[in-house]
Parts: sequence; C-alpha cells; structure tokens
Amino acid sequence: MTAEAAPPGPGIPAKYSDAHSGDDTSPGGGLGGIDHGKSRARALKNSIATVLIWGAFFIALIPLVWILWTVLSKGLQPVLHVNWWEKDQSGAGAPAFDHNLRGARHAIVGTLLMGLATAVIAVPIAVLTAIYLVEYGSSPFARIVSFMVDIMSGIPSIVAALFVYAVWVTTFHWTLLPIASSLALTMLMIPVVTRSTEEMLKLVPNELREASYALGVPKWKTILRIVLPSCLSGVITGGLLGLARVMGETAPLLLLASYTQYLNQNLFHGSMAALPTMINDQALNINVHIAEQRVWGAACTLILLVLGINLLGRLIGHFTKVKR
Amino acid sequence: MSSVTGASFTDETPGPEGEPPLRGDRASTGRLGDRLFGGMTRLAGGVVLAIVVLVGVFLVVRAIPALRANHADFFTSTEWSTSPLKFGIVQLLWTTVATSVIALVIAVPFSIAIALFLGFYAPRWLAQPAAAIIDLLAAVPSIVYGLWGAYIVAPQFAHVQSWIQDAFGWIPLFGRVPGISGGTTIFFVGVVLAIMILPIITALSREVFAQTPMTQREGAIALGATKWEMLRTTVLPFGRPGVISASMLGLGRALGETIAVMLILSTLPQGANWSWSLFNGGSTFASNIAANAPESISDTRQMGAYIAAGLVLFILTFVVNAIARIIIERRKAFSE
Amino acid sequence: MKNSRIAAASIAAAAAFGLAACGSASNDSSGNSASSNSSSSSAAGASAGSSASSGSSAGGSATCFSGSLKSSGSTAQQNAINQAIAAYTQQCKGAKTSYTGSGSGQGITDFIGKQTDWAGSDSALDPAKGEPDKAKASCGSQAIDLPMVVGPIAVIYNLKGVGKLILTPQLTAKIFSGKITEWNNAEIAKANPGVKLPSQKISVFFRSEASGTSDNFSNFLNQTDKTDWPDQHSKQWTGKVGQGKKGSAGVGQAVSSTPGAIGYDEWSYAITNKLNMAEMDSGSGPVALTAESAGQAIAAAKVVGTGKDVSLAINYNTKAKGAYPIVLATYEIACLKYSNPTTAKNVKAFLTYLASDGFQGTLTQVGSAPLPKSIQQKVQESIAAIS
Repeated sequence: MTAEAAPPGPGIPAKYSDAHSGDDTSPGGGLGGIDHGKSRARALKNSIATVLIWGAFFIALIPLVWILWTVLSKGLQPVLHVNWWEKDQSGAGAPAFDHNLRGARHAIVGTLLMGLATAVIAVPIAVLTAIYLVEYGSSPFARIVSFMVDIMSGIPSIVAALFVYAVWVTTFHWTLLPIASSLALTMLMIPVVTRSTEEMLKLVPNELREASYALGVPKWKTILRIVLPSCLSGVITGGLLGLARVMGETAPLLLLASYTQYLNQNLFHGSMAALPTMINDQALNINVHIAEQRVWGAACTLILLVLGINLLGRLIGHFTKVKR
Repeated sequence: MSSVTGASFTDETPGPEGEPPLRGDRASTGRLGDRLFGGMTRLAGGVVLAIVVLVGVFLVVRAIPALRANHADFFTSTEWSTSPLKFGIVQLLWTTVATSVIALVIAVPFSIAIALFLGFYAPRWLAQPAAAIIDLLAAVPSIVYGLWGAYIVAPQFAHVQSWIQDAFGWIPLFGRVPGISGGTTIFFVGVVLAIMILPIITALSREVFAQTPMTQREGAIALGATKWEMLRTTVLPFGRPGVISASMLGLGRALGETIAVMLILSTLPQGANWSWSLFNGGSTFASNIAANAPESISDTRQMGAYIAAGLVLFILTFVVNAIARIIIERRKAFSE
Repeated sequence: MKNSRIAAASIAAAAAFGLAACGSASNDSSGNSASSNSSSSSAAGASAGSSASSGSSAGGSATCFSGSLKSSGSTAQQNAINQAIAAYTQQCKGAKTSYTGSGSGQGITDFIGKQTDWAGSDSALDPAKGEPDKAKASCGSQAIDLPMVVGPIAVIYNLKGVGKLILTPQLTAKIFSGKITEWNNAEIAKANPGVKLPSQKISVFFRSEASGTSDNFSNFLNQTDKTDWPDQHSKQWTGKVGQGKKGSAGVGQAVSSTPGAIGYDEWSYAITNKLNMAEMDSGSGPVALTAESAGQAIAAAKVVGTGKDVSLAINYNTKAKGAYPIVLATYEIACLKYSNPTTAKNVKAFLTYLASDGFQGTLTQVGSAPLPKSIQQKVQESIAAIS
C-alpha cells in the first residue's frame, strides 16, 4: 500500500487525482487547458485509438471464425445425422475398415452424466461456502477460506486428476469408476460456482435481510427463505456456467476415465465415455476420413453442449435478474 | 457481471454510490437452527480449505521420496529422465513460463482494446452480440484448440515464423533452432494460449471498466477531452488493478493448460542444447505430466518425479493467484 | 445473425437435456444387463450357433460370451483389438468388450490394480520392476504374457522423388542419433545406388510421450548397432536429435508434412498416413515391410516365457532372408486363474477368438502381422489353460 493522496471521494480511486497531477506526458497537452493549436494532434490520436480498438476486435474474430469454420465444416455433417445422437460406437472396428460413422450418444450421455454428478457434488458445497463468506464471513477463518477458493481456482486440472488418482487408486486400491472423474471435476467447479454465488448474494439488498430480522425471523431462515430465493436464478446461472466450464475439460479424464465405445449410464459401474475422451481416442487415426469426422463431430457436439448450457444460464440470469 | 470466469470484482468494489461492500452482519442468534445452518456453511468452507490443504500435502508427501532419490539437481538441471531418476525443472519451467508470458503479452493489449470496444466504441446493437461472440471463444474446449492448432494452423504458422526468424533472427529470443520445424514452437503455443485466455481477461476487464464512476467520465468529457483521452485518463487508471489481476487469472490458466500444449508443442530430445529461442520446442509442467505420467503410474518413485513437477506448477499458480489477490485487496484498501 | 445462433444453440441444449432425461429413465435396465453376465450365459450358446453363418465374412467363428470385459493398454495394438472387438461383437451381440488405448504402462498398472480384466502391452511383464510378482499377487495365480498381435515398426520418411529408400540398421542408428544429418550423405548414397538423394537436412521425429513403440525401436537400434546407439532401450526416447510429437498420429502427420523428415511409426499408422517406408537391409538384401517379412522375424524369435507364459525374445540381428527385423510383439496379459469364473470364461472366449485363424488372418488388413503358426499354437494352448 503506497502513500497515495487522500482520494477525492468515496469510490473514486486515488488514480483519478494522479491523472491530473502533471504526469501527463501526452503531446496533446493536459486536459485542463485546451490548446487549439494541438487539437489536431489530439483528434488524430483519438482516431488512431478508435481504429486500433476496432481493429483489435476484428483481429480477435479471425481465430474465432477460423476455429468455428474448422469445427463446423468438418463436424457439422456428422452432428446433423440422427444416428449421431441415437447410437453409440459399439461395433466400430479399426477406422480404416469401418466406413460407418455410428454415433456419439455414449459420449454425449457420459459427458452430461459426469457433468451432472459434478454439479450435484460441487454446487451444494460451493453455495454453502458462498453463504458462509457473504453472510457469516468476517472472521479470519473466512478470509482464509476466501483465499483458498482463489487457490482452488488456480489448481491445474492435471494436478486435480493426479490427486484423485493417488487417493482413489494408490491409497484405497479402488477400481476407477466414472464418478472419480466427477470428483476431479468437482475441484475445478467449486471455485467458479462459489465466486458467482457470492456475487449474487451480494446483490441482494440488505434491506430485505433487515426487514426479515425485524420480523423476528432467525438468520438461517432469512437466508434460506428470503435471500437465496431472491437470487436463486443467479445461483443457477452460476452453476450452469461452472458446468459448461468443466464439461470441456480433457486432462483429468485422460488419467481417470477410460474410454469405451458402449453406452454406459451408470456412474458407479464400468467405464464411461465422454466427448473429450472420444475425441482423444479417435484423434489417434485422425488421418482416416471416418475418424476425422468423428473427431470434429464430437468437437462440434461438445461446443454445442457447452454453448447450450452457457446460453441457458444466461437466459435464466437475464430474465430473472436481481435489480440492485 | 462476470460469466465465463466466475471470478468477479463486484464483491470487492464499493457500489456506484460508494456504499461499502457487504460484510457478514452478525445477525446470527444462538438458536439451534442458526447454529446448525451456520455450522453447515462453515463446514462447507472447511471442505474447501481441506481439499486445498490435502492437495498440497499430498503433492509434498509423494514428491519427497523421488526428490531424495534424484541424481540431478532439481532446481538447476535441464534434464528430465525418470529411469534413472535424473530430473530438473529448468527446461519445464522455462517452457511453461515462456509460453504463458507470450500468451499474456499478446492477450492483454487485445483484451483491453476489446473490452474498451465492447464498453465504449461498439454501437449499442453490436455490443451485446459482440460480447457473446468473444465469450464463444471460452466455450471451445482446450482439446479442440489443440487439434486445431496442431493440425490446421501450425503448418500455416510456419511461414509467419520463418518470416520473423528472417527479420529478427539476430535476437537470441527469435533465433533459429536446428531440428524444430513446422511451426509447433513455444511461440506458437503462446499464441494459441493467448486466444484461449483472451475471453477471460476481456470479460473481467470489461466488468471493471464499466464500473468507472460516471461522474469521472462525464467530468473528463466536460473538460473537453476526446473519447480516447477520457478513456486514458479515467477508465484505464480506474480499471488498471482490475486488469492486472484479470491478467494474473489468465496467466494462471495458461500455466496449467495441458492438452492443447501437449498436442501442439514439439518436445525436445534428451540432452538437447539449451536455447533461449522462442522458436524452440519443449514441454511444460502440465504437458510433461500428462504425456508421461500414465506410463510411470506403477512406479512410486518415477511417479514422484511427475508429482514433484505438479507441485512446482501448483506453487507457481498459487503465487500468481496470490499476486492477483493482493492487487485486488490493495485496490479495495484504497478505494474505501 | 444473433437470433439464429441463439435458436440453434437452444435447440442443441434442449436436445441435450432431452437425451439426459431419456438416459436416466433407462438407467436401471442397463445397469442390470452389465452385471448379470452369469445368468445369461445360456444365451451365449444360442448366439454362437447363429454366428456360424456370418462367421466367414466377419473373420472366423467364435465362442460367444455375454457381458462386459474391460481392458486397456498399448496403442500399438489398438487398431487390431478394435477390429477384433468389432468382428467379435458382430457374431456375439451380447459381448461388450472395451479397450482403452492408454499406453502399455498404464495398461499393466490398471491390470495389477484390478482395474481391468486383461492388459494389452508392448512388452512382457518386467521382472526388473517386479511386475510378474505384483500381477501374481493381484491375480492369485500366475499372470501370463500372450503375444497376440505382431506390430511391425515402419521407418517412415518424406523425400520428394525418392520412392524407395534402403537403410541398414547402422544407417538408421546413425540417422536417429544425429551422426548423419544430410540426406545426400555418402553412406546413404552407397546403400541406395542409382537413387538421386537431395541435399537436404534430415528432420528426425520421435514420440514425445513414453511409448512401447519407442521402447522397441530403441531396442532394435541398441541391439544392432551398439556403437552408434549405446543407450539401453527405453520407453522415453533417449535420442539426442530431432523433435517429439504426441502419439503415432502426431509423428505420422509431422513426417508427412515436413520435407526431409524421418521417423518411426507403427505400420498401421504408416499405412493410413500413406507414408513412404524404408526397406531394411540387415545383411542379406533389402527387405520391404510386409506381413510375411515381419512374420519371418517373429518366427525367428525365441520363446523365453516359462510355464504357460509365452513371452518372446526378438532377435533384431536376424540375418534370415526376407525377414524385416523391426517388429514389436504386443502381448495380452491375463491371469491364469481368475477369482471370478465368469470373468475367466469371458476372457478366455475373447482371447481364444484373438488367437484363432479366423482373426489372425485378418490382421494384415489393419497393418499388423499374424503370429507364426508355432507361436500361435503355444498361445492357444496357454489360453486353453485359463480358468
């Protein structure tokens, strides 16, 4: 914390006063005195900035368009096939001899189920943590927890997977089940949901809480009946966005989920395919047309799923926004 | 409101009228329900704490035997071999940091420009869909970036790269590296990572920029500032700490990215000559773990080497996140 | 544009949730069928009978089982095993076998950790690592190595105008160790009389991740030319030049897109990438990689396994005429006795199919070579002993 001048007012950072305190090096001159002789240079600068800023946006569109074009041009065709959504890959042989595209239902269902299980574990923990941080948290413990949430959001996915593998297999000698992947994903989802829920809880006006307390309602009831419902949509949005984030994760699945070509709907039995592992499996033969189609088809499906869930989250958030 | 990232600044920022951010209100009573519910929330917080601590402890415990048996200096050796155990992190650290820093150097200016574009330049009808389009980049899974980068872009990028090498090859950072061809270099991985972290930094920057007090912006305009001057003197200084911590979050993502790096980056042969060139190959912590750990899983010592690498990566992201946190805290401190 | 995008995405989302809903509705039934493999064994006989008609087209008839088997391991045999699973499932509708190509090391770990019913591996259980003992402890009986798929390793290259390239083991070792760096090197020219070699740098490609292919290829180099390749074989490539690429697909793609490149890859990937493969001259004339020439090399291998174990020692130095020396025998590793009789029956049924003439005969089509008759017989005997 540097010794800055006292800020001019609440909510206005000290930086504001810095900007006027003479360190302005622009040849256009300070803002205070408008120099007409230099206004052309200033206008030029302004135009350059405008061009650069517009330019940055359009340059950023290049990779986006390119990647979407790649995925759609190679992957849309399989996705539009009915079989893609209805069949699994059972019976698929070596790609060079297998000219039947088959489906990705096993992987789609697997991705959704694992995602769902992840959400079921992560959301309660995350929401309760957020409630703790916002409604109860002023103790040192709360600051530690808040910091831990930050650390958690920085845990690399491969480290999360190593951790789960070591606990599940190395320590307990259990058979890897699809749910183990969900546990690793949980570690990635908790911080996302905690942060977004915290934010939502903070948007609930304090007057609501105070009114509730004034009526003699205990705090826990106030939180559960008044605070949470009034920002429930936001919490759901956060959950869906967190879900969208973890569904595209590949690294943990490489270590924890073995790919299978069959549909498996039981999280506690056998192995379960997921779209990322399907991509990884088929990418081994990406030079063969049929495998290439499956790779990009699965990629396209994954993006559509993530996008769909993202969009659903946004729609819920948009139509049921808490007004501040 | 942040979306793709889950991280946010509203929680640390005073409201538009300057009211202080929310705090726990101590309205809890001693009633059983309250104690139960409060206990539950505290427990959930404890679970989060426990997970992070367990991960840290587990990494340390598993890494120590391998570190003890290591025949090379862990911090200074560029070698990475698990049989015999001779491993050092220098090469991994360099590749990890170099790719991430390149990503940051490219992504941050673009993110700031795009955030300004979305907030202040784009016409009303464009701003919303344009933001959604940028967020679309975040919806693309990393394995897709990996395949796209490795199989589609890298061959094209090789031309750009040889052009840079022709022009700037005299700078060691851009020097030619014999043996590495096809554009699958540290530099290219940095570019792909930049695309991957762009939406995160953009979304967060946009959010802080939008919180610049209207009075400041109007004041600048009233004093005759051009639009750019208004942005440069009010919005950018106001948003700077936010942008820095958003960049740190982006950096954290880039450091830990696994599958895209693994698919794209050419690895080096063992004992390869050290080179500062960004057009060299290499492996990052994450890509090295993901590529080789599965083969070593049965051997605790060998696995320990990879876990030690994971530990360093964990500490690295920890430090980066801590810096982001400190910057946010500091900003909060002087905006109250 | 915005509206249409939203519409498309929300349809996808709706479809996704629709699927999830259907999925959970039928959850119970599938869980049952997966765990009820013992009760439906009577149905297996019936489907075996019906398979006789389609047997010839799908590659040999098989004893069917019903239920699920889980296996993982080597990517070198992944295409072959997938092909076997496809052909087998065509005859035995109730048999669900899955094979995850996660690498030999993880395959063995999964097997020892009882994660899978059998493992696929590029190398036999290694006594130096105590693997046979660990496997024994896990099985409660001896674990046996069964060579099943012969995967030749192709030396692939990309040279414009050079359709046929002859290399000797020494040349190969020199190229991969970086002692020869130019294509128009005099030694290469001497081995290829009449071929116009371009003056181009050699770009060496290897596998970036630990792999059985690297293990076998480096073993070949070490066995045939200790002076140029002094390193012991290793799953992690120990060469000093070139660049590593992820997976067989990565190496194949890199070689096909880089002029002057050379690398090594499983035959099946070399075929699907349509890459040029070098002929190998071990002293009795250049030999192109074919199913026969690879089979010759395996026929020259010695069985070193004891009891029912059929692990092989490949003689990379073979001078046998018409033998392509760089071959990789991929094994299936199974328990001799399974604690669960149903699993034993299922594994036995599937492995029997793998070792059958019907399937071995189709192996060349997927870029692998069939087992020589003498070894095939030994493998079949060992499988018969599984219980």
